[in-house]
Amino acid sequence: MESTSRCIIVGASHAAAQLAPALRQQGWTGAINMISNEYFLPYHRPPLSKDFLTGAKNLESIMIRPAAAYQKANIRITMGVSATSIDRANKRLTLDDGETLNYDKLVLTTGARVRRIAIPGVDLAGVFYLRDMHDAQQIKQSTGANKRAVIIGGGYIGLETASALRKLGMQVTVLEAMPRILQRVTAPEVAAFYARVHAEEGVNIISDVQAVSISGEKRAEAVICQNGAEYPADIVIIGVGVIPNTALAESAGLQVDNGIVVDEFARTSDHDILAAGDCTSHFNPIYQRHLRLESVQNASDQASVAAATLCGNLNPYSALPWFWSDQYDLKLQIAGLSQGYTDVVIRGDINGSRSFAAFYVNEGKLLAVDAVNRPQDFMLGKRLIVQNSPLDMNKLADDNVPLKTLLVS
Amino acid sequence: MPTVTYVQANGNSHEVNLDAGSSLMQGAVDNMIDGILAECGGSCSCATCHCYIDESWVDKITPASEMEKDLLTCVSEPKDNSRLSCQIRMTEALDGLVVHLPVSQF
Repeated sequence: MESTSRCIIVGASHAAAQLAPALRQQGWTGAINMISNEYFLPYHRPPLSKDFLTGAKNLESIMIRPAAAYQKANIRITMGVSATSIDRANKRLTLDDGETLNYDKLVLTTGARVRRIAIPGVDLAGVFYLRDMHDAQQIKQSTGANKRAVIIGGGYIGLETASALRKLGMQVTVLEAMPRILQRVTAPEVAAFYARVHAEEGVNIISDVQAVSISGEKRAEAVICQNGAEYPADIVIIGVGVIPNTALAESAGLQVDNGIVVDEFARTSDHDILAAGDCTSHFNPIYQRHLRLESVQNASDQASVAAATLCGNLNPYSALPWFWSDQYDLKLQIAGLSQGYTDVVIRGDINGSRSFAAFYVNEGKLLAVDAVNRPQDFMLGKRLIVQNSPLDMNKLADDNVPLKTLLVS
Repeated sequence: MPTVTYVQANGNSHEVNLDAGSSLMQGAVDNMIDGILAECGGSCSCATCHCYIDESWVDKITPASEMEKDLLTCVSEPKDNSRLSCQIRMTEALDGLVVHLPVSQF
C-alpha cells in the first residue's frame, strides 16, 4: 500500500475502533484519520445501560483502548466535528467546522441514532434517551435511591436500564406499547420469562399501553397514557429503537435502502467508500436476506472485513449475528435471528428458574437461540445454526440429551 | 510493570507491559495484537478472546469460573490450558507470563 494513501473513517464507535488497528495490522501504512462527533475516544456502548449506569464502571474503564494506543499506531482521532458532505468526484470530505479533507478511501461508520417520539412534554428536563455517553452521563446525574423512573419502551435497552436503576434502589415502571415486552425480538415464552423476573425484582411492567404525553412544569412529573393512567416520574427514559445514520451517504448519491447498502466486502456502491456497523445493510448468506443489524458483533466483524478489503484482501463477510443482554443475574446470549420461526423448543425450566435456552426452529432447522445463563447452549447453538441441517425435535427438547450430540461431526 | 508475551499462531511474539489489574484481553487490544477479538468487551459473553496459557504458567493462574469453563468447552480447538483472556487479571506475580493465541476465534 502506498504510504501516501489516506483513509478517513467517519464515526468513532465500535466499528471504527476495530477498523483502524486492523488496517495497521494488515499493512496500511498511509494516514488514518477518525472523525468523531463526540468528545470521547471510542468506548464500549453496551455498558451504558448496565454497569456504567450503576457506577460499577466509569468512563475510563469502558474505553475500548487508551489514547496512547492510537497514538502509537499513528491513528489520528479528530473529536467534536461532523462530516457534512462527500464530494465523490474530487474525493473530498467536508466537515461542519468548514474544513475539507482529501481521502483515498473513506469508511462510513456513522452508526445509528435514537428514534425520537413526538409527544407533548418530551422536551421537559428529566426526559432522556439513551444511546451515547452524554445521554448516560445525564441520566446518571438524575438517578438516586427511591426516585421514580418511568421507562417508555420494553425492549432490551429499556429492560437493561430498568435492571440498572433497580440496583440503584429506584422505583421503576416500564411502559410497553405492544401487547408484551420484547415483542419484536423474542418468543412469547421468553418475554414472559423476562416479565416474571422483572416483577420478582420489583419492576412494574405495563404492556399494551400508549404514552401520550409527559406532564410537568419545568421538569417531567408524570407520564400520561391513552387510557388515562398516569405514572409519576422523577425521570423518564425513552428507549424505542434506533434509526441508521445514512444522510451523509444518501446526499452523496450512494445506494441506501434501510441502511447504507454494502456488498460482502463492505463496499458501498462507490468502491472507494466502504461502510460498517449499525449504519449498513448487507446480504447475509446464512439467512439469505438483507440485514441491518444493531450489534457490536456486526460492527466489529464487518469492520474487519472492510480493513481487509482496503488492504487488498477480499474476505467475504458471512458471520452469524449474535447479541447479548445482561439484566440482574441473567446473562442472555442470543445466537442468530429468530424472524420466521414456526416452533420454539425450550430446554431447562423457563417458568421456575433463571436458566433456560429457547431454540427457534423453522422446518426442523435451527434459526436462533436465546440462552439465559446457559453459555454452552449458546456456543453449540451457533454451530447448530451454521450447520443448517434438520434436527431431531425430541432430542432438542430433552435436556438429558447433550446438545453436542446433535452436531453433525 | 509486569510483562506478558503473546505468541500468535503464526509464531510472531509480542512482549508488552501490562498494568497490574488489567486483563490479558485488554493488553492484547491496547497493543493491537491480532488474534484476540474480544467482541463483548470483557463480560465473559462471547468467547472471542480465547487463548492458551503457556504450560509453565497454568498452575499460577486463578482457575476459571463455571461460566468461563462452559464457554471454553465450545471454543474452536479447546485444550486443557484454554482460557478466556478477559477473565485473567495481571498481577506482579505473573510477570513474564507467556500466552499463545489460537489460529481462529471461531
